[in-house]
Amino acid sequence: MRVGWRNRDHPSYWAFLVHRISGLLLSLFLPLHFWVLGRALAGEAALDGFLRWTERPLVKASEVALVFLLAAHLAGGLRLLLVEFVGWRRQAQRSWVAVAAGVALFCALAFALNLY
Amino acid sequence: MAMREPELLEVDVWRGGSDGSGRFQTYVVPRQEAQTILDVVTWIQRKLDPTLAYRFACRVGMCGSCAMTVNGRPRWTCRTHVAKVASGKRLQIAPLANLTIVRDLVVDMREFFDKWAKAGGQFTPTASRRDDFARVAPESPARREVDAAIECIGCGVCYASCDVVAWNPAYLGPAALNRAWTLQNDVRDGGRVARLAAVAGDAGCHACHTQAACTERCPKQLSPTAAIAGLKRMTARAALKGEL
Amino acid sequence: MSARGETRLWLAQRASAAVLALCVLVHLATMIIAVNGGLTAADILGRTRGNPAWGAFYAVFVAAVAIHAPIGLRTIGAEWLHWRGRGADLCWLAIGVALFVIGIRAVAAVAL
Repeated sequence: MRVGWRNRDHPSYWAFLVHRISGLLLSLFLPLHFWVLGRALAGEAALDGFLRWTERPLVKASEVALVFLLAAHLAGGLRLLLVEFVGWRRQAQRSWVAVAAGVALFCALAFALNLY
Repeated sequence: MAMREPELLEVDVWRGGSDGSGRFQTYVVPRQEAQTILDVVTWIQRKLDPTLAYRFACRVGMCGSCAMTVNGRPRWTCRTHVAKVASGKRLQIAPLANLTIVRDLVVDMREFFDKWAKAGGQFTPTASRRDDFARVAPESPARREVDAAIECIGCGVCYASCDVVAWNPAYLGPAALNRAWTLQNDVRDGGRVARLAAVAGDAGCHACHTQAACTERCPKQLSPTAAIAGLKRMTARAALKGEL
Repeated sequence: MSARGETRLWLAQRASAAVLALCVLVHLATMIIAVNGGLTAADILGRTRGNPAWGAFYAVFVAAVAIHAPIGLRTIGAEWLHWRGRGADLCWLAIGVALFVIGIRAVAAVAL
């Protein structure tokens, strides 16, 4: 018998999943990020050339998503550091998850708003 | 006098072993007042299908033998009322997850208890009968930690809830680590150095991702998550001091 | 890897996480402020070129990420792809080194 999705319907599980998926996606993005910035070695124009490509709406949307992923991963990570080093408090757990989610969403929206 | 038709339940029960031939079989069971899942299983075995295999002992929520997966969640069936969990008129009863199925609703608990031993889940005495009683203040921080975690009866519900157990075959699991935590906080215990090494690493406390399904499901409201977090702090301190 | 080694790996991940918490807060704030109305190379480089403070900041950021990410990926590889053992560990170590190298190259590109 395998653990099923009906047994995963609590906040800490979703916090875990968001944290893991966001970490995975950020790790895949990172080499691209470093490569793009490295273009500046070829001169400002080389970097600008790439940045103009990022003006496209799909890329902009991905950027907002990335900011959300980064903020979500940070928030989830802070939750873990609190649990592991400060200690688990049953009641506080759900609040921490909710606060983390809120903070992540806020960052993404702030970024999106500032884009325009 | 006309008899009122009893309300009926449709119950899907897992039949078979781990060899891939297992499947759910449906039984129709009359609903009764204050009926528990264990009552349902017992009714099926006595009235409909004597070949159904299942475990129970105390039937009053003390021994943990009757733990099964009910509608996808591991629970003590003697303490789970049908009224609380039946969605509509359906129930689904399966053996505990993460453990090899012996037959039908019976699982092989050896792996669970082997890991308990591997985690150093036994008390190592340091005193003899000639010594005076140990004095342990109940309000001391260490004893509070023990008391919060000591009531585990080894039912396996937490083990059956944990995804890491499923993903990491060597992972000792929440119950074993919880018990190790109680012993690490027991000032009388003489095996604390060796036990810390046993519970550290990818097979030990560091594999826990704080999904907290164990804490969610524990029928005794224990928190293996808290115990494992404590072990993380203990092992980290020891590693930094070069004592691990 | 031994239990002691794996404990140290966990510690390294938590320590780098603490460093990254600060770096990411700064990075998020910077991004949100800097991206105002659009981002050009001049915007980025005007801030970072010839600035040793930003150079140092991003160098530390890169080092922390190069430690943190591979350890996390190693866990995912072990649990979801069932990839464990010495070979896997060496692979993740190599990825960490590679990440550090291209990361420092990027820092040099924008800060020097």
